[in-house]
Amino acid sequence: MSTATTNTSGAAAPGNRKAPAGERVADWADGRLGIYSLAKANMRKIFPDHWSFMLGEIALYSFIIIILTGVYLTLFFHPSMNEVVYHGSYEPMQGIRMSEAYASTLDISFDVRGGLLVRQIHHWAALIFLAGMFVHMMRVFFTGAFRKPREINWLFGFLLFVLGMFTGFTGYSLPDDLLSGTGVRFTQGAILSMPIVGTYISMFLFGGEFPGGDFVARFYSIHILLLPGIMLGLLVAHLILVFYHKHTQFAGPGRTNKNVVGMPLLPVYMAKAGGFFFLVFGVIAVIAAIASINPIWAIGPYRPDQVSTGAQPDWYMGFAEGLIRVMPGWEINLWGHTLVLGVFIPLMAFGLVLAIIAVYPFVESWVTGDKREHHILDRPRNAPTRTAFGVAWITEYVIVFIGGGNDLWATHFHLSLNAISWFVRIFIFVGPVVAFIVTKRICLGLQRRDKEKVLHGRESGIIKRLPHGEFVEIHEPLGPEQLHTLTAHEQYKPVEIGPTVDENGVERKVPAMQKLRAKLSKGYFGEHNQIEKPTVEEYKEITSGHGHH
Amino acid sequence: MSSQEIPEENLPAEQGTAHTAVGVADDPFADPGLPAHKPRIQDIDERAAKRSERTVALLFVLSMVATVGFIASYVIFPVDKIVYIWPFGHVSALNFSLGLTLGVALFTIGAGAVHWARTLMSDVEVADDRHAIAAEPEVKAKVLADFAAGAEESALGRRKLIRNTMFGALALVPLSGVVLLRDLGPLPEKKLRNTLWAKGKQLINMNTMEPLRPEDVAVGSLTFAMPEGLEEDAHDFQTQIAKAALMIIRIQPENIKDKREREWAHEGIVAFSKICTHVGCPISLYEQQTHHVLCPCHQSTFDLSDGARVIFGPAGHALPQLRIGVNAEGNLEALGDFEEPVGPAFWERG
Repeated sequence: MSTATTNTSGAAAPGNRKAPAGERVADWADGRLGIYSLAKANMRKIFPDHWSFMLGEIALYSFIIIILTGVYLTLFFHPSMNEVVYHGSYEPMQGIRMSEAYASTLDISFDVRGGLLVRQIHHWAALIFLAGMFVHMMRVFFTGAFRKPREINWLFGFLLFVLGMFTGFTGYSLPDDLLSGTGVRFTQGAILSMPIVGTYISMFLFGGEFPGGDFVARFYSIHILLLPGIMLGLLVAHLILVFYHKHTQFAGPGRTNKNVVGMPLLPVYMAKAGGFFFLVFGVIAVIAAIASINPIWAIGPYRPDQVSTGAQPDWYMGFAEGLIRVMPGWEINLWGHTLVLGVFIPLMAFGLVLAIIAVYPFVESWVTGDKREHHILDRPRNAPTRTAFGVAWITEYVIVFIGGGNDLWATHFHLSLNAISWFVRIFIFVGPVVAFIVTKRICLGLQRRDKEKVLHGRESGIIKRLPHGEFVEIHEPLGPEQLHTLTAHEQYKPVEIGPTVDENGVERKVPAMQKLRAKLSKGYFGEHNQIEKPTVEEYKEITSGHGHH
Repeated sequence: MSSQEIPEENLPAEQGTAHTAVGVADDPFADPGLPAHKPRIQDIDERAAKRSERTVALLFVLSMVATVGFIASYVIFPVDKIVYIWPFGHVSALNFSLGLTLGVALFTIGAGAVHWARTLMSDVEVADDRHAIAAEPEVKAKVLADFAAGAEESALGRRKLIRNTMFGALALVPLSGVVLLRDLGPLPEKKLRNTLWAKGKQLINMNTMEPLRPEDVAVGSLTFAMPEGLEEDAHDFQTQIAKAALMIIRIQPENIKDKREREWAHEGIVAFSKICTHVGCPISLYEQQTHHVLCPCHQSTFDLSDGARVIFGPAGHALPQLRIGVNAEGNLEALGDFEEPVGPAFWERG
């Protein structure tokens, strides 16, 4: 058949099917974008299911919500510090001097219909975005999902969290209200504490002395363009890597390091994940309807000589706030210069505590020496040292966070402010240590319990009286699926330095880093730092009759 | 990381393959494979499936109704209408109704989609193979060879003059961008050392905007003052008041412990910078009995009867004191600027 005849008779000939419209559109796109090859790999891509996998989705969706509402807010907000006298519809502010930024925020709240709702959705979504990222990051940490090949994606996620904090900070500073202006002042004071460059950075950031007339416009471009632009790029890279690496999964029957078990993207995950976007958006909209957030009209416009009590930043800055509150006011004056340690140390500690969690995956892979890919998640108990470290880190975070609200703790619980500050000053050091020890004990206890369950079965709750009068509880043996799940985890052995003298009795030099690595490895995987998982021999010996209640 | 010191071979067997060595039949811990699919009620009972279908449809209809409600609320409620709704108190009717209807319209779409996925779409678990992320050795060899060929053709390694001048040019060109940032702000110079206060400037009461007189300041009161000549509508008012804000209290001269403080006071009236020396919040909480002031931001506490030294909290040094006296009209006046920079400490403060 020649093509010419096909073309002339094609449309009319019965049985020579004409492609449906959707297919023709897809053909058109495929000829230009290659969508069929793309869809072949991804349309039925398998996603494993676990409740903790949705935490990252909360962060992703709240980010989208923030962008949608943020664009709307830019239509009405005036990022200007020009002073105006307010004559809008909010009575209590009549005739008060304020910046245009503050006045336009009042207009959004009181004159634009739905403006208040969008403002509140934007702010609530920002809080939830940061919280979602934080909890998602902890999920990834405690299950070991950061291990090879996902270390870079861990760093991308970490950067998103850090940039999210600064985007949030520059965002809530924009209305130029008394509370946020105080926060900006705090930031400026912290910048001034930096040795040598502090005053220069401050002058350059604020276009002169604080507050000047520039920072709202500058924060605005940082908040709506610079940081979100970087974040959008990181987010896309983060998601591409999630797709490329395929999702991790917990151990279980049929789930190995070489496969991924779950349900396909089309239709189940599209419906679930797509639906979840609407769930998140819906919940945030309801929160914004019933719970007021950042009522700037009640706070008043910023004046550098005025302040309100109980000043608190948004939650994700509470950590920085706590560090700066509990630090003793050390200042060293030498050779005509001042080293403002009382402010500079907290500034450094803020970066340091965050950096510790960021580099952790690299430390752990150095200690284990494991260069293989890991797609099976750890149960936190099966990595006791990592879990204990993570809990210690969170403990540090929470204790400092408490310090950030020391005035609220004092007024709400009728405690001494000084006592709270001293509590934080001490437990900043003691708390993580205690948390580390306690968590590790709990993990080891849980490992023992798993071992017990594997070897002796599950406690059934049924008490049996034996003929000679003894009471025993019947233990039901586990099924093969549970037996596999509870014994599937890897257990490393501590790395050994080996003999420090060679066969000729000559002392061999071991680098200090190698000694440290061996020490850490012993701390991770040595005796008493993990419970040897049950072996087939142990199991067979016990189940073959002896000692089995 | 040098692996020659610590042998790497003691890694545990890979998950999932750990038990194959013993032999699957023999191994009670072996992977039994994917469990058989358990059908849901909707898979076997068409009536249950129909029920699920109706639930999903109902949720979607509810969403449509809520969107209509959203538009209706937008039209009906005036923007300034306040209503009392238990337990939320007095709320904006528009904000409340818009938020709730929008929330319901979105939530029900999500709930419908999730219910649809959970009850009516297949829940058969499928296994997909993973492939190693790292490339096969042949691929790697090909890429390295390609790269070597490309590098060779560029002659970058051979023609060092080109290479070095190119690196030089690329290293220098961003400097233009850095230079352009210079006009972001002025240099610090002595700006942080001076305030508007100067010899002879009267203290203006910030409540009355009148010059302060000694008899206006009672023991136990806290008064805020700014320098004469500073107007609230001046373009740099915010920047000036950020440094010049002053707090005035009166202490019985015999209760002033610090000698210099007593000398710089006028009949027990002392003037201190209101800007905290920690990170610059305005201090505003005054305890009359003890003459302590507390910064509400980070709780630095200063003893105003003892040279405003720090008695608690993160501030690093005392609040600067302004030397005051009385002029011919009997008004309080400054006898000069602060002798040290006000506000947070900085590198050049000394």
